[in-house]
Amino acid sequence: MTAALRFDPIRLPEKCEQLRKEVRAFLAEEIAAGTFDPHAPNREDNDAPEFSRRVGAKGWLGMTWPKKYGGQERSFLERYVVTEEMRVANAPTRRFFVADRQSGPVLLKYAPEHIKMDILPRICRGELCFAIGMSEPNSGSDLFAAKTRATRTDGGYLVNGTKIWTSSAHIADYMIAIFRTSPPTKENRRHGLTQFLVKMKQPGIKVNPIGQITGQFEFNEVVFTDYFVPDDHVLGEIDGAWKQATSELAYERSGPERFLETYYVLTELVRAVGKNPDTRSAEGIGRLVAQVHTMRRMSVSVAGMLQAGKEPVVEASIVKDIGTVWEQQLPHRVRDLAAFVEETATNRETLEKQLDFAIKTAPKLTIQGGTTEVLRGIIARGLGLR
Amino acid sequence: MAESENIVAETAEKIFADLADAQTINHDKQGAWKAPLWRALTEAGLPLSWVPDHLGGSGASLAEGFAVLNVAGRHAIAVPLAETMLAGWLLTQAGIASPEAEMTVVPASPKDRIRRNADGSLSGRARAVPFAKQAKHFAVLASGNDGISIALVDATKCRIETGIGLGGDHSDTVTLDKLRPVAIKPAPDGFDQTALMLMGGVVRSLQIAGALESMLDISVRYSNERVAFEKKISKFQAVQHNLARLAGESAAALAAATSAADAIAHAKSLGDAAVFLEAASAKIRCSEAAEKGGGIAHQVHGAIGFTVEHILHRYSLRALAWRDDFGSESYWAVELGKLVADRGADELWPLVASR
Repeated sequence: MTAALRFDPIRLPEKCEQLRKEVRAFLAEEIAAGTFDPHAPNREDNDAPEFSRRVGAKGWLGMTWPKKYGGQERSFLERYVVTEEMRVANAPTRRFFVADRQSGPVLLKYAPEHIKMDILPRICRGELCFAIGMSEPNSGSDLFAAKTRATRTDGGYLVNGTKIWTSSAHIADYMIAIFRTSPPTKENRRHGLTQFLVKMKQPGIKVNPIGQITGQFEFNEVVFTDYFVPDDHVLGEIDGAWKQATSELAYERSGPERFLETYYVLTELVRAVGKNPDTRSAEGIGRLVAQVHTMRRMSVSVAGMLQAGKEPVVEASIVKDIGTVWEQQLPHRVRDLAAFVEETATNRETLEKQLDFAIKTAPKLTIQGGTTEVLRGIIARGLGLR
Repeated sequence: MAESENIVAETAEKIFADLADAQTINHDKQGAWKAPLWRALTEAGLPLSWVPDHLGGSGASLAEGFAVLNVAGRHAIAVPLAETMLAGWLLTQAGIASPEAEMTVVPASPKDRIRRNADGSLSGRARAVPFAKQAKHFAVLASGNDGISIALVDATKCRIETGIGLGGDHSDTVTLDKLRPVAIKPAPDGFDQTALMLMGGVVRSLQIAGALESMLDISVRYSNERVAFEKKISKFQAVQHNLARLAGESAAALAAATSAADAIAHAKSLGDAAVFLEAASAKIRCSEAAEKGGGIAHQVHGAIGFTVEHILHRYSLRALAWRDDFGSESYWAVELGKLVADRGADELWPLVASR
């Protein structure tokens, strides 16, 4: 039997519900104060430094980390609640999201103590923005083809090369990147890459914005020219980044952001059809609600596995595969159903604007953070096919 | 899964493995395996899992029974285990003792109604009742002018028109004509046909999820054996990606079904919105997975999977057939959509997040 694929019905503990109330109250205040508009996901700039600090002040960044680094030592399930409430409200999380989800945990695991003491508390206070330097012009899904070199010099490394599609690099304070420190070996083509902590806004780094089809400028080209990284900014094993990547993937791939990215159009559709939907609308909405409920239950289940100290890489890949395909199709299904919404629906214009943006956003959802093809390869390996 | 659920499920697993091997029963056209299997299941107390000792059953918990149904789905067996369990559960709601033998529930569709007449007799017609022809008794839910009743009915007193469902199992039309039940009692407050359909839907969801687990299992195994173009077909990326999708559908079905089962096992009432969301979603999502996942399992197997000699159809066709019982996915989607619309847009996320 394929015993690996169990998604036990984990429930969020009672204390999460108190936390959820606090998060909702906080977001309601922010909305009332005009920090963001929950109905407008297509804002020009999703960067909100002051909001980020206020979230930090609430203790909602680095929630699961040790207290000595500014964390709260709370559970993954509590972090889950904060993440999903922010996502559903369309809160501007860009500035802190990557640091909280991904970069902080990497530093916790691999950075020297003095760096942890310096950086982690600042992430927790919402002061720092992180980017992830993985893709290069000729190396996207094939991570191990990366060519940007880090060559040995006195007290550290000199970096030369280009990273691309780097989200938030234009506002980031730091980047966690992989650079080539040795050539790959015949036996192991994954050998030779090392993970580094990179301080942005320094000489030797040039960030060039790249326009996206949504009209936003979220991602960038980042060019390194003799950029110096000190020795204590090496994260983990030299030449051994490939060993460090896998466990992070479970965190990165199973969260609420992997199926709720376009969720707002479903809420708006329900508003538009009103209290007495026709059979077609009712059926369409019912199916979409059943699907999103199921994905959330799978995603919470993976959060429960993470909390229990497991490494559910295959399960997380399944969540991201199904979740991103769903959130990609969602605006199109909502568009189908919205075709017959009454002209008099008061939110018609809002729904149309949202659909316009969601449909433009949709293509990236199955590409960023591991393409559908890469995920299905991982699942296939888990099934014993590779 | 709690330890006791494991023990009961393992008992069921062992009985099926010993007495209902898929290859063997697929070749046994006479169905000689059915009687020994039913005997063993009965001796283990499984058909009346959900009936307490004092009403003639083995008094297992809801969670233990749900675990058995997932195992039963993995074996896609053609005996009325799920139906007898559900019938026993229904009779227990009204405190009616269960007889020891095959049972099923009437009605098995949200569209059909059985009426309790003023003189206490029952009338009405129920279509697509699973295993009606094999059942000795029916557990009937009937509505009368003074509310809902639950009754035990002698199957031989009903008119049964034979029907065969998509999966090859009986799916019969049952007609009650001013029929005197063996026993009849009022249903508990708040218990109605929707509650029965939700419970039946979750039972079928667990079975579909189990069948999908088996389809994934045998498809992976087959792809690692079958050679084409000079290599195992599991080495082709197109096949790998199809199987990854099947794994996803199987996982989604299992997650939806076990979540709904857990919700019912812990619910104070089957009438609240959270149970409705969970149970309706499970039936919708599992039915969708039966179509998508089953389609992939067949595609991976090629022509051999389309033959009666091969066991695949035992799982794929039953999973498709189970979609129709106790309300199809279209029916539940409409009902869930109406509920969501009635509560309003701003209540949708709080409902989803409450689970």
